[in-house]
This record gives sequence, C-alpha cells and structure tokens, in this order.
Amino acid sequence: MFGFHYRLERRTIGMVLGIIAAASVGGLVEIAPLFTIHQTVEDAPEMRVYTPLELAGRNIYIREGCYACHSQMIRTLRDEVERYGPYSLAVESKYDHPMLWGSKRTGPDLARVGEKYSDDWHVAHMINPRAVVPESVMPAYAFLERTELRTDDLSKHLRAQRDVGVPYTDDMIANAAADAYGQAAPDSPAADGVVKRYGKATTVRAFDGKPKDLTEMDALVAYLQILGRLTDAAHKPVATAEKKP
Amino acid sequence: MVAELTKNERQAALIILLALAVTGLAMAAGGRGDPLGVHGALVLVAAIGGIFAVIGGYYAPEPPADRLDSYYDSPTKFGIIAAMVWAVIGMAVGDWVAWLLAYPEWTFDAAWASFGRLRPVHTSGVIFGFGGNALIATSFYVMQRTSRARLPDQLTPWFVLLGYNLFCVVAATGYLMGVTQSKEYAEPEWYADIWLVIVWVTYFVLYLRTLNRRKEPHIYVSNWYYMAFVLVVAMLHIVNNLAVPVSWGEAKSYSLFSGVQDAMTQWWYGHNAVAFFLTSGFLGMMYYYMPKRAGRPIYSYRMSIISFWGITFFYMWVGSHHLHYTALPQWVQSLGMTFSVMLLVPSWVSAGNALMTLNGAWHKVRDDAVLRFMMVAAVFYGLSTFEGSFMAIRPVNALSHYTDWTIGHVHAGVLGWVAMITFGAIYASVPWLWKRDGMYSAKLVEAHFWLALAGTIIYVFAMWNSGIIQGLMWRTYNESGTLAYSFVDSLVAMHPYYIARAVGGAFFLLGAIIGFYNIWMTIRTAAQAQAQASPDYSVVGVDIPAVQPGE
Repeated sequence: MFGFHYRLERRTIGMVLGIIAAASVGGLVEIAPLFTIHQTVEDAPEMRVYTPLELAGRNIYIREGCYACHSQMIRTLRDEVERYGPYSLAVESKYDHPMLWGSKRTGPDLARVGEKYSDDWHVAHMINPRAVVPESVMPAYAFLERTELRTDDLSKHLRAQRDVGVPYTDDMIANAAADAYGQAAPDSPAADGVVKRYGKATTVRAFDGKPKDLTEMDALVAYLQILGRLTDAAHKPVATAEKKP
Repeated sequence: MVAELTKNERQAALIILLALAVTGLAMAAGGRGDPLGVHGALVLVAAIGGIFAVIGGYYAPEPPADRLDSYYDSPTKFGIIAAMVWAVIGMAVGDWVAWLLAYPEWTFDAAWASFGRLRPVHTSGVIFGFGGNALIATSFYVMQRTSRARLPDQLTPWFVLLGYNLFCVVAATGYLMGVTQSKEYAEPEWYADIWLVIVWVTYFVLYLRTLNRRKEPHIYVSNWYYMAFVLVVAMLHIVNNLAVPVSWGEAKSYSLFSGVQDAMTQWWYGHNAVAFFLTSGFLGMMYYYMPKRAGRPIYSYRMSIISFWGITFFYMWVGSHHLHYTALPQWVQSLGMTFSVMLLVPSWVSAGNALMTLNGAWHKVRDDAVLRFMMVAAVFYGLSTFEGSFMAIRPVNALSHYTDWTIGHVHAGVLGWVAMITFGAIYASVPWLWKRDGMYSAKLVEAHFWLALAGTIIYVFAMWNSGIIQGLMWRTYNESGTLAYSFVDSLVAMHPYYIARAVGGAFFLLGAIIGFYNIWMTIRTAAQAQAQASPDYSVVGVDIPAVQPGE
C-alpha cells in the first residue's frame, strides 16, 4: 500500500483524481438519495405557498441575519416539543429556498411562533425588544417600520421561486405586488385577491397597525405569523403523516 | 509590483482589468437602486485603480532575465500583510458582536450595526480574509520550495490574490447592506460566488502548473493538503451555491435546493469548509513550517499518508451530525455520527505526527515562541478534533446543539489551531521573506503568544460553561413534571459568560494587533537595510527543503 502511494505521489494527476474520488463518495451517498427516496419528505397536499408579502418578510428575515440566533427546527426531543410545539417535519420547509433551520439558539426557536403573539406584540418587540422582554439581548429593528416595502420586483421574485420548484401560478406572479399591498390593507379591494389566490385561511391584517402604508414591518410580521402554519401536517398523528398514497 | 511583470503580462493585466471594469459598469448600470449596483461601482473603481497602476508602471524596464533563477515571493509578501489586515478587522468585528450580546443597545438604531449583519463580517473576515489569504500566501511559498520551481509566471499569482481579496471585500460590504444567502459560511450572493469560481479555478491551474515544473520527483505532503483544500473547496462551493437570481439587476437569488435537501447540502458544505478550508489547508501549512522551524524531519511518512487519505475520505460524510434529531432521515444522521467518530483516527494521527516531529526539539519549543505557536496549534488541533467527534454522538449532541458549546468548540479550533499555526507560519516566514535575521522584537512575539493562549482559554471555558448550562436549563424538569426554566431564564444565566467571552476575544485581538505591529516594524527595518541586501534565494541547489518525502 505504501509502495503504491510512493509511486502515486509522483504523479500530479494521480493525486488530483484520487482526491476527487475520495472526496466525492460521502456526498453522493448521503445527499443524492434524499432527492429520490419518497419517504424523505412527507405528503401534505393541502400545504400552501408563501404569499408575496410573507415571502418579502422572509427575505427581510434573511437580510437581517435572524437565522444566526433563531432556529426553525424543533427536534424530536421531549423538552423541545413541550417548549415549542410538535417537532418539525421535512415537508414544512419544502418551499423554503433556502431552508432556515438554523444552528444556534441565542433566542428561542421560531418554527411555530405563528399566531402565538399578537401583531401589536411583534411590532412593539421589533421597535424595542426590551420594552416587552426586559432581559432580551435582541437588536432593535425600529427602522423596519420607517422603511417602505419594495414591491415592484415581487413578480420577479415569484417567478424565480417557480424556477426553483415552488408552484406559483401565472395569476399569482402577475398580481404579486397588488397582493402584497392587499394582505396588509384588509378593507381595500386588493384584499379579496389575496384570499382568492392563497386560500381563505390567509391572514389579511394591517400587521403594523397602519393599513395605508406598506412597510417592511408589515412584511416581517406577516412572515412571523405564518411560521409553522403553511400546513398542519405536524399536528396530525404520525401514522397518517407517513401513510403512502 | 507592475515592474515585476513582463511587457506581455502588463498587456494581459490591462485586458483583464478592462474586462473587469466593463463588468463593474454593467453591474452598476443594471443594478441601480439595488446593492448590486453599489458592488458594480466598487468593482469599477477597483478596476480603474488597477488600470492606472498598470499604466503608471507600463514603461518601466522589463524585469531582468535572471529573475527566473529565484523564487517569486512578492505575492506571498502581499498575502501575508493582507492576512494580518483581515485578522485585525475580522477579530475586531467578532469582539464587537460579542459585546453586543452583553449590551444589545449598542446598535445605534442602524441596520448595518445589528448583530445579524455584523456576524458574517466577522466569520467571513477571519475565515476567508485572514485564513484564506494566509493559505494562498503560504501555499505559493511552500509549493515553490518543495517543488524547487519558480511560479510559472508573474501575473497569475497576483490575479489570484487580488481577485480573492476583491471577493472578500464584496462579501463583507454586502453583509453590511444586507446581501446574504443565509447559508452559513457561504453567505455571498451569486455574482460574488461566480467571481470566486473564476479566481479559484485559476488558483488550481496555477498550482498544477507549478507542480508540473517541479525538480523534485515526489510531491511533498504539504502540497497534497493544499491541493485537497483547493479542489474540494471548489466542489463544495459550486454545489452549495447553486441558485437562481431574481434578475440580472438584483443581488438576491433563491437557492436551487429547499428544505431537507438544502439543509443536508448546506451542512455537507458547512462542515467541509471546516475540513478543507480550516483543516486541510492549515495541515499543509503545518507540514512545511513546523519541521522547518524545529529543524527536524516529519516523524512518520506513513502516518502522513494514512491521515491525509483518512481526512479526505471521512470528512465528507460527517456534515449530517449538524442535523441530529431534525427532519433529516435518521439513516443519514447515523452515517454522519459513525464517520465523525471514525474521523478521530486520522485526526489524531495528524496531531500525533506533528507533536512527535518535535521530539529532539523540545528545548526549541521552550525558547522559541514561534515554534511554541505551532506546538500549541497541534495540541488544540488534537483537542478540538476529539471534542468534535464527541459532540457528533447523538445523545451528546442533544445537549450541545443550538447552544454556546458549539461556539466554544469552533473557537477552540479556529483560535487554538488555525490562528496559532498561521501566526507561527507568518512569524517564521516574515524574516525569511524580507531577509532579516529575526522578527523586529522577539519579546513582542512572546507577548502575542501568551495573549493568544490566555484569550483562547478564557473564551473556550466561558463558552463551555454557558453552553452546558444553557443545554441543561432547557431540558430540566421540576417536580411536577413541567419545564423548570423559561427561555429567558437561560438567557439571563448567560450574561456573565458573554462578558467573559468578550474579554477573552479582546485578549486575542490585542495579540493580533501586537503581531501586526511587530511584522510591520520588521518590514520597515528590512526596507532600511535593503541597500546591503544579499542576493535572492537560488532555485537550483541552494535551498533544498529540510524535509524530503520518503523515509
């Protein structure tokens, strides 16, 4: 074996091929089957996609690096289930490009934070976290309320999402900007379009308390309020979630 | 620098810079109103600056033909200084965000100043800015010596180094503007990723071209590690960053993968960024500088082979240990755990090989802080690889995951191993490169060593304590069978440790600043003494590496 290596290490190309071969196996064995084995991701036919406003909020969550301190993955451990709710299923992040499972909990897990607190609480918390949780070490995000949400490119965002596999319809893509506005303005005519396209369960509210203005605060709160609520698969008994069609 | 290029290379440099300027202009125009436009302007300014520099030196006389008799070390000199600049920036930002966790009001109501945006500036600044520059710079140095061949040309190494630093600047400024993919240690967006691929492929080709010119029949073990670093980082980078941009005029893109597949791909990347960036590359560094400095050959050739192939093969399996008890299928978790435990064998063979190399030179370790940096690095390498395998065991991970223990583990590795071996290598090569008998001040090297060691130990102990307390508080039940502590209770318990950690980080940062000053003064005194400088190293015959492959 060492004699073989004594000869191998005299050849650049031999070493290069050896490294490629040795380094490829692990990834091929562990990653490729995740795309082909059906049971990897549970079925949840009723699961809906993010509305344009929620997607915009998700992008703010990414932009501000929230994932550095908050996980969105409840593990299959008793204390986690009791603290945060039913453990996370793979299907729940099926439309998450990229996933935001996180790796660190400087703050609590957010996988099921949706509708756990009121919009007012979230807005107050973002403006000054220590106003509602005195011990918090979270940065303040007051500027979100002062910043108008960019909506002119939301159709492009939805189209890019469709390119990577999220089932947005042409109708959804064409009306993305209007739907973003409508979801945060419940009394406007645009609000009906959101419910029509994304389902009756869609939350249509003036998230930041000001239906006239569409701010980044609206988007982020709309996103936080949908977390864990795109599908109720995790709340069903395990047997039905895993039953083959 | 321009004077060292030949006429043809100066022309090629102008063409490359013009192409870069046009790209920058297109980005600036297409990305108006978006961070992409800002980066376009930045690229344009950098390219124009480069064009002026090349034109300024364009009519300088051609470099003398006898340059080919010596090694080409100017890029290495630049890379070492760049590494130290990034070290100070990256560590300063790191210590700043550490204080933010103790005093969260210090964000001045500004978006760029919040923890979430500054944290990747810290991680990328130290991993890619400091570590990457140090790896590229030392690899140029080592591949020439161990091959006894000069770099094939003068332009390519400059393209690699300057292009790489452009990537680092685009990455760091992007985070401040909120440009991020959210994939840890792969945060830069699609355009920066494409640029890095171009730079990286050039780097790899340069490596192969130099090796093909070698006068040594065998490829020395350092080069195996450097090659694995360059090759595998390219594989990981390309696969993990596959994404669809929203448009050509926007920085934002959406990852090709989602959910569980994305998580596995990300941690396959994430853990192997640790393996092939922070381990493989720095082992290459260690295998050259430690035996050189100690004046002893590598203890065992066979141990080098076993550990090299063990690390290259096993590491690629272990990423899934970041996803224990998650929605990732259990068979993948189990594979990750199994290989993580097996990985201890090649890791400890490497660490043992390094420490055994010091047999017969321990008196030098006592007297020479530079060699002591390398020795401590090997010890921390052994400690943190043991800790890593231990934390990858599922029940241990149940406690440690999501807590500060992970942060402590990572810093034991990067402060104790990566930074220490790098400082050792830099302190060893600065006097060689600038032709001095030694560093400007041996006392300051000594001071840096003790500050770095004390800082690392304070940091790691603080995070072990906070991480384990956190993990235990989260899972403690009271007598009535309900959870004993709220999340906020655990947060309050962290406060003293967050302060201790920030103090430890400040020690480490102070050491790096002292090191930077010491290096700067060494270079300055070298410049003053340049008049009586001795002729350059000769490629042929004179500088035969102290260590030869083979026993």
